[in-house]
Amino acid sequence: MIRAAMAALLIAVASPVGAQTIAITGGTVALGDGSDPIAGGTVVIRNGRIAAAGANVPVPAGAQVIDARGKWVTPGIVAGFSRLGLTEVDLSGDGTTDDQASGGPFGAAIDVAPAVNPNNSTIAINRADGITRAVVAPNTAKSIFAGQGAVIDLGADMEPITRARLFQFVEFGESGAATAGGSRASAYVLFRNALKEASELRRYAPSISSTRGAPDAVDRPIVRNPNESREYGPDAQRSEDVLLTRFDAAALVPVLQGRQHLLIHVERARDILNVIGLKRDYPALKLVIVGASEGWLVADKIAASGIPVIASAVNDLPSSFEQLAATQSNVGRMRSAGVDVAIGMIDDNDTRYLFNERQYAGNLVALTNVPGASGLRWGEALAMITSRPAEVLGLGREIGSLAPGRRADVVIWSDDPLQVSSNADMVLIDGVQQPMDTRQTKLRDRYKDLSRDVLPEAYRR
Amino acid sequence: MKLRGWGSVLVVALLSACAQLAPPEKKAAPIRINQDPYPSTYHRYPGALTVIRGATVFDGEGGKIEGGTVVLADGVIQAVGGADTPIPAGAYQIDGTGKYVTPGIIDVHSHLGDYPSPGTQSHSDGNEATGPVRAEVWAEHSVWPQDPGFSRALINGGVTALQVLPGSANLFGGRSVTLKNVPARTVQGMKFPGAPYGLKMACGENPKRVYGSKSQMPQTRMGNIALTRATWIKAQAYKRKWDKYNRDGGAMPERDIAMDTLAGVLAGQIIIHNHCYRADEMAIMLDVAKEFGYKVGTFHHAVEAYKIADLLAANGTCAAMWADWWGFKMEAYDGIKENIPLVDKAGACAIVHSDDSNGIQRLNQEAAKALADGRRMGLNLSDEHAWIWLSFNPAKALGIADKTGSLKAGKMADVVLWNANPFSTYARPERVWIDGALMYFSGNPRLRPVSDFELGQPGEGDVK
Repeated sequence: MIRAAMAALLIAVASPVGAQTIAITGGTVALGDGSDPIAGGTVVIRNGRIAAAGANVPVPAGAQVIDARGKWVTPGIVAGFSRLGLTEVDLSGDGTTDDQASGGPFGAAIDVAPAVNPNNSTIAINRADGITRAVVAPNTAKSIFAGQGAVIDLGADMEPITRARLFQFVEFGESGAATAGGSRASAYVLFRNALKEASELRRYAPSISSTRGAPDAVDRPIVRNPNESREYGPDAQRSEDVLLTRFDAAALVPVLQGRQHLLIHVERARDILNVIGLKRDYPALKLVIVGASEGWLVADKIAASGIPVIASAVNDLPSSFEQLAATQSNVGRMRSAGVDVAIGMIDDNDTRYLFNERQYAGNLVALTNVPGASGLRWGEALAMITSRPAEVLGLGREIGSLAPGRRADVVIWSDDPLQVSSNADMVLIDGVQQPMDTRQTKLRDRYKDLSRDVLPEAYRR
Repeated sequence: MKLRGWGSVLVVALLSACAQLAPPEKKAAPIRINQDPYPSTYHRYPGALTVIRGATVFDGEGGKIEGGTVVLADGVIQAVGGADTPIPAGAYQIDGTGKYVTPGIIDVHSHLGDYPSPGTQSHSDGNEATGPVRAEVWAEHSVWPQDPGFSRALINGGVTALQVLPGSANLFGGRSVTLKNVPARTVQGMKFPGAPYGLKMACGENPKRVYGSKSQMPQTRMGNIALTRATWIKAQAYKRKWDKYNRDGGAMPERDIAMDTLAGVLAGQIIIHNHCYRADEMAIMLDVAKEFGYKVGTFHHAVEAYKIADLLAANGTCAAMWADWWGFKMEAYDGIKENIPLVDKAGACAIVHSDDSNGIQRLNQEAAKALADGRRMGLNLSDEHAWIWLSFNPAKALGIADKTGSLKAGKMADVVLWNANPFSTYARPERVWIDGALMYFSGNPRLRPVSDFELGQPGEGDVK
């Protein structure tokens, strides 16, 4: 019966591009900005963007109306930190893993964008559970610099990249120390050396012909794509005393200039303070802390630094010595201290289980009923998996909420999306309705009845 | 005729000569081997006569009582009933209005203690990956009782009993152990009294990857099965030798502790827990069991159980599954979110398991996902029915369903009081009793266990 209703919905809005106006009416609408849900709200989509959302929003004449009575409507989930689209099968899945290049020569220069496969089954399965965008980072291999990450959409089309090279990702802490040769101290020296080499690269670069670009561009060459090293000319001289390849050093120029975010993974309280300390030496860095399991121990200092955090939501085990103080109350305590927090999935099945983000957010709401624990209001919890990750990466005006002008990434849920028992009934990305069937639903339908038929199961589809 | 006659005389003469050389001696009576050399030292902790009133009760066997009453005393469940259930004098009474009472969750697949936190190399005690047949190892000899994960499973997960298994690197991984989730100084202090042992077996990718990469058998799935069969043949011979000795006495055969365990399986005393993902491989393992005369108690992970749910039902074999794990390796590629409800629908024994120190804290939520996915595809499943996946079926799989796993008078008082419907993401355990002793109460920070490892560390005694 539900399937029949959905089929009717499909027919109602089966138009490929959001060129027309759509109004989703009667649902419980949550904007994703931290506010409480609105009963009987309306969401209006025009040309693939949100036109209006909230209570008492008029339905424009001629709009296609989707009746969402009894359902919940929210912005699509933005997976705050992931490796989505890079890996089809994690273990022994030869040829399907593109999250890490342990045999290659590059670190910071790596750009995940060309490795994201929109036909990856992990994208379809997460899309069908209401994930519409994801922050995608590479994994470190031989350098503490993993390379440049992207924000992608999960739409069923061949163009997954929302923003390429939006950030550089670096590992400090235990993982960074191991990559750096065995100590945190080494990781910090490598980091400083790398930024030094990037700054020197600018000095050694010959000036670009001034007949074309503006003078400012000559003095401060803007690296739009660090993988195109021609910005520095083919014969740019470098000192022989360098550790980084030219591409790697070039890739760090925009980090150094504060035009690309720098995401740093740390867990231990003291390591978090070290990251905050980097601000003194490199004031232009646009830092984001990832992980931060012990963040609550230094929450006031993080808040004062203004550095946002993409945190793991429900870590509560001392799974390593840098997470001894881990508790599910971490996010709530940081938030109470005024830290700008989003939720991500660093090292937590980050290639495929992004659909757990809403479960994690729900668990943080559950903590409000546990004596002594620090949880989140519902609206705040939803914001941490929608608008906050977008804002942390400077995309808050593009994605992550139902505010007017945002891309129309909208999910209609069977019920409260922070309940694991709810499911996505309809997913729109850029105003385009997405398919809800996956390999999994097809396997289910093939095997739901095991009685012998006139032909084997392979003929059922 | 003549010849035959002479022959008979000769044989008799020779026989009597032998008899005279070695007069019949009375054979030594068989010495009984101690089957329980590391016995449980667990004794229940003191508990008050307690009554929970007005709560919604899932009894773990598919029953539900609104406004129910549960009476706990002397370590056991005294009564479960409606509002009219008599309240014993002097009972400590808890108002359960708006709350839920269930049997404690039982996780049939855990590596707590064997792969404890922190996960340093020196703590990696779950796989004796030095040979594909390592039936001689016992998981209990690796369990570190100070693993902080036990307390998280208790306070966030409402887990009152669990099976700790060896890993899946080996075809024969070794003996499992069933524990009460009580803090203790020793593993013996946690062992579930009277629980039978299990044997961990594995098929599929892991054994062939671990040994194949060393150019050692098994390198293929057919190698897995060949080595498994060869091992059972040895176990049968070993068992025959020992059965004869136990019957007739005489010289004691040489003991082999790996073969002791396998013979225990063939004798029906040790339960098989078989790590297996793919439907086709599970079907082969069921035939291997028939070939050698044992039973597969439970397939663990069983990501493709939905493809052979009818076969599992026919064989009386349980499937212990995740709600939605898939794709992390090829043999998990066909995982679907309706696996658990489809196995249940086929009449087979469905279990929600964790295999994970985080997942064990949210098994109720994993069951909630499976329940919702089953309902969405049209299966008629109630909340109270789904609780069977979390306590009664796991208890059956571990051979302890006569003692725990459901709220029935006379059973161990392993009970959780949840602050809301446990199939809601917003629910958490408020109190957890094990054998009638209150081991966790969210309202009392003193009733929150802190392992030795966490003492003096940042966050000691914190809410977790």
